[in-house]
Amino acid sequence: MDLIIGHYNYWLVIIIMMAGFYTVISQGNLVKKIAGLNIFQVSVFMLYISIGNVKGGAAPIIESDISVYSNPLPHVLILTAIVVGVATTALGLALVVRIKEAYGSIEEDEIHEQDHSL
Amino acid sequence: MKHNLILRVVSKFLIPLIFLFALYVQFHGDFGPGGGFQAGVIFSAGLILYALVFGVKTAKQIIPPFILRCLASLGVLIYAGTGVAGLLLGGNYLEYGVLGSTQVAGQHLGILIIELGVGITVMSVMLIIFFAFAERGQPE
Amino acid sequence: MIDSLVDITLLTLLVIHAFAIVYLRNLFAIIMLFGSFSFLSAGLFVVMDAVDVAFTEAAVGAGISTVLMLGTLALTYRRDEEKQEKQPAHKPWLPLFVVSITGAMLIYGTSDIPDFGDPQAPSQLHVGPYYLEKSLPETGVPNVVTAVLASYRGFDTLGEVTVIFTAGIAVMLLIGGRRRSTRDDAKAGDDHET
Repeated sequence: MDLIIGHYNYWLVIIIMMAGFYTVISQGNLVKKIAGLNIFQVSVFMLYISIGNVKGGAAPIIESDISVYSNPLPHVLILTAIVVGVATTALGLALVVRIKEAYGSIEEDEIHEQDHSL
Repeated sequence: MKHNLILRVVSKFLIPLIFLFALYVQFHGDFGPGGGFQAGVIFSAGLILYALVFGVKTAKQIIPPFILRCLASLGVLIYAGTGVAGLLLGGNYLEYGVLGSTQVAGQHLGILIIELGVGITVMSVMLIIFFAFAERGQPE
Repeated sequence: MIDSLVDITLLTLLVIHAFAIVYLRNLFAIIMLFGSFSFLSAGLFVVMDAVDVAFTEAAVGAGISTVLMLGTLALTYRRDEEKQEKQPAHKPWLPLFVVSITGAMLIYGTSDIPDFGDPQAPSQLHVGPYYLEKSLPETGVPNVVTAVLASYRGFDTLGEVTVIFTAGIAVMLLIGGRRRSTRDDAKAGDDHET
């Protein structure tokens, strides 16, 4: 029981992570794959922030009357990761637009048929 | 969308407030949540709202694309330039302590300047990407 | 107590969103659910005391990513076309198997992590307290996240700005021009010429 109360946060985040992972590897539409990739990224961020959380702590902005703060280091890493994630998403969507112009479709099966690549 | 009266009036009221809020977030990033990235994205969101309501052509007259390209490079140049300024004044690369009269003043000044550089770059790049998506395939 | 309740509610809503995105086939609905997912995750970050992260996630995930996906949808489907995903051609047994095995291994792996919110966990004991104590005297900036991001870990932020700049240049190279939007238009143009 203690294990569940202490870890439910991580388990729910892992369920979201697996939903995003499943979307990336099995769905055929390219835009849906990029949405699944973003869900996967956000769930990884949630895992990191959960590791840095301190019960009863406050946001890491120094005030004179607060003594317990949450760990600021995961926040910094995840801030960088979010911005890099949006850069990757923008680039992926630009590639989807070019694929549509070259092949005429954004369904993975139709692209493989035209390319004879599988 | 410029024929929709409600959208036009409300966005004319909101967009200056969005810009003001973006500037607030940029310069109060030291004392509360905020900083360069958030401010750049909020500023570009205000301009994207203007482009959605009044047309991309009108938005491009406010900020021509070549100015956006210059601003994007300027932001990175400000950031890297602060590092070189630290080198020229006797410290290591990106050491802010030598930029001001005392260690603490120099650090504060350095943090302000690089957050400005980050905000400028993020704002211009978000707008560049949005204009690229909005104008693809449109006839000349 | 209220904190954990809000936490569990938000996480459950996020799980429902994730499953709906997997199950639905209408792309417009998927993109709207994705925007809502980003917004709820920003709320979750606030509950976990990560206010800077919540700010960035709300602005970037619910703002820019959703707008760009809608723009992609406008560029890849014609106006009158049904914005649906095709019927799946393969049975999903192999991906489901891989996903379940990975999920089970991850859940087994997290059983060793210290409890959620434990103040004595190893992650809170080494570098975190150093930054919390030393950032205000050394940099004069009360927001520890900004101080660490801009001063203690300034090189990472320089790399991040370069990544954003590179992405802008790359998108400009890929779709910056006003080329013909579909192959059908190109074929029609060739037919006209011949």
